[in-house]
Amino acid sequence: MSEPVYVTGIGVVAPNGLGVKEFWSSTLEGRSGIAPLTRFDSTGYPARLAGQILDFDAAEHLPNRLLPQTDVSTRLALVAADWALRDAAVNQAAMTDYDMGVITSNASGGFQFTHGEFRKLWSQGPQFVSVYESFAWFYAVNTGQISIRHGMRGPGAVLVAEQAGGLDALGHARRTARRGTALVVSGGVDSSFDPWGWLSHLSSGRVSAVGDRDRAYLPFDTAASGYLPGEGGAILVVERADAVARRRAPQVYGEIAGYAATFDPPEGSDRPPGLRRAVELALDDARLRPGDVDVVFADASGVPELDRAEADAFREIFGPNGVPVTAPKTLTGRLYSGGGPLDVVAALLSIRDGVVPPTWHTADVPPDHGIDLVLGEPRNRSVSVALVLARGRWGFNAAMVLRAVADGAGSARA
Amino acid sequence: MSRRVVITGIGVRAPGGRGTKEFWDLLSSGRTATRTISYFDASPFRSRVAGECDFDPELEGLSPRQIRRMDRASQFAVVCAREAVEDSGLDLAATDPHRIGVSLGSAVAAATSLEREYLVLSDSGRRWLVDQDYLSPHMFDYLIPSVMPAEVAWTVGAEGPVTMVSDGCTSGLDAVSYASDLIREGTLDVALTGAADTPITPIVVACFDAIKATTTHNDEPEQASRPFDGTRNGFVLAEGAAMFVVEEYEHARRRGAHVYAEITGYATRCNAYHMTGLKRDGREMAEAIRSALDDSRVDPTVVDYVNAHGSGTQQNDRHETAAFKRSLGDHAYRVPVSSIKSMVGHSLGAIGSIEIAACALAIEHGVVPPTANLRTPDPECDLDYVPITAREQRLDTVLSVGSGFGGFQSAMVLRSVGAAA
Repeated sequence: MSEPVYVTGIGVVAPNGLGVKEFWSSTLEGRSGIAPLTRFDSTGYPARLAGQILDFDAAEHLPNRLLPQTDVSTRLALVAADWALRDAAVNQAAMTDYDMGVITSNASGGFQFTHGEFRKLWSQGPQFVSVYESFAWFYAVNTGQISIRHGMRGPGAVLVAEQAGGLDALGHARRTARRGTALVVSGGVDSSFDPWGWLSHLSSGRVSAVGDRDRAYLPFDTAASGYLPGEGGAILVVERADAVARRRAPQVYGEIAGYAATFDPPEGSDRPPGLRRAVELALDDARLRPGDVDVVFADASGVPELDRAEADAFREIFGPNGVPVTAPKTLTGRLYSGGGPLDVVAALLSIRDGVVPPTWHTADVPPDHGIDLVLGEPRNRSVSVALVLARGRWGFNAAMVLRAVADGAGSARA
Repeated sequence: MSRRVVITGIGVRAPGGRGTKEFWDLLSSGRTATRTISYFDASPFRSRVAGECDFDPELEGLSPRQIRRMDRASQFAVVCAREAVEDSGLDLAATDPHRIGVSLGSAVAAATSLEREYLVLSDSGRRWLVDQDYLSPHMFDYLIPSVMPAEVAWTVGAEGPVTMVSDGCTSGLDAVSYASDLIREGTLDVALTGAADTPITPIVVACFDAIKATTTHNDEPEQASRPFDGTRNGFVLAEGAAMFVVEEYEHARRRGAHVYAEITGYATRCNAYHMTGLKRDGREMAEAIRSALDDSRVDPTVVDYVNAHGSGTQQNDRHETAAFKRSLGDHAYRVPVSSIKSMVGHSLGAIGSIEIAACALAIEHGVVPPTANLRTPDPECDLDYVPITAREQRLDTVLSVGSGFGGFQSAMVLRSVGAAA
């Protein structure tokens, strides 16, 4: 039950970088993936900035037959999974098919694809609806397609919890590995930037309408004005330690040492919100104390009252300015199911390289937040334990603790 | 595994009746509740029958605000959650909210609301650049449907883990398995879990039309769902929901709760074969069944009843029959197997939970629900499918299975508490 579970492979599809290397250098150097929407004429909409992946050509990475049957979000997920498995040097043929599972998070399904099919149905008629609609749309699509592509016949699952769901998926992957499945491909990838998807994002009332891409998403800043949606995410290879040792995986990025999820009380309740409890439970799960945490990757909503609530939780748990806090997602926007997994990637790379990326663009943090937000430039710091947080609209909270593994990153395990 | 998981409350909305009692009356009498689609003009569609629920949100006690903001599937889930809590006798006020969680399954979630809003925003499909002047403040809730389990959490005051499980047509089984995991590992004492789907809307009808997965027995709507029958030609789309109070056994025992059944084991496997197709050998479903029986620490021969996926597509029925033979051996020929989809249709992600409700009630009443409309044998489906008429029989160990697009194959074992002790 207590066998450690490691991350051994990473695949990143982020607005500021395709692949781990490009994403990480962009994150450390402040290259943003935020840009005005150009896939459709967005000039009439009240907000136009989003974290977009503009240099991705699915045909370069995937067989032709997969293209007509997949939404852009699924293509991105498939490529991220390919890269993660390659990074982990997994030889699927050498493993038992039932010993490999796929657990992903999703938030908006194959939305652009389905928008096209809604349009055909209503402008042309039912006989014009694609034979692929029944499975290109639904939330389970990425898990199904990844499992098929790699012959993985172990447990499959899909969790939806807005921005918190990606950490839930990784948490469930760890649980599933401990229950007996040696390797689980896990994480989340989302994209819904067709006109209908975009307008749906705007209906949340939380998307920043500021037009300057460096000033629109400023979590914890006095000028915070909401968030920017983004697309993409990350897929990871999650593996039980004994399996990692047995197959001599090329590297271990770190251990998923703790995880917990909570839900906020209903609006108007006098009970406290659940974020602090999620952190405390995740630390308990990892048998660590707040003082052990070297860096926190914040949820960083960008909505002022939510930023304040998060800062309050940090002060309560760690004391005023008690731990470095950062939010590299200002370069990508909030990625929904992909957000938590991409922050986990950043946390693992911080562990590997001993450097914490800053919260680019945010500059003016109110002193009464009482948080040590890493600003302006990367901070060199040895990181053994990183905490990643994600909150989902309506009250979802998830916390994950990543821990360095001795002789882990970059070295073959004997 | 020392912490045991039991079902102590059930709430159901399924075609043909309101609430658990009417649901069970329908199943045990072998009546069917499929009919010609009445929600919209289905004449342009290939399949025009469905399992519809006569659901009146006002009558069900939802407030005008709730009715306005919630998708139909959320409404079903909330109503069933309330009913499950009431049925369980659980005093929510006396239960630590931190120890209550929600795991809700749904395959297509807010499809009904998405289509309604789409028609408004796009001027009935004319505009690709949808019109912001008609944007509903709730559109985001339909884009990202995790508002559904949130609504359930607000209904019962849950502050433990809350999530939506969306594994397509196995969501209803897998959501309950997820909740059971959280109880077993000690994260929760109580979970509101189950599933809801309300997919009877043109886009969903059209997407199953496109691959000929749904039936064309349009002229005989009440006899349209024919699992394992030689004349079957597809499933009948349906809507519905079932929610449960599941509890850690000692928690339930301490408060003197009535226990319907214990969830002793479960498993999922992917077939890694095709997004909609099934291999004939049933290998991965058989593996899920074996694994769920292992998890329950029981031998296949103790299974008293198999609640089949039994969707009524030729492909499924043969795949599943092969899976039962592969996993249960000779016992597959002796154990009664039936599909309640013959009576209530296939409500996608919801049906797995509705079938768990049927299994719990079957154990409770000692009755095997029949497979309605099974009159013409298919030589390739040669098991005992309990045609037409229910069968009285003591049931201690019941197996329920599900299969869905994406390749998901799931199984769950439920046992009477006496048997599992």
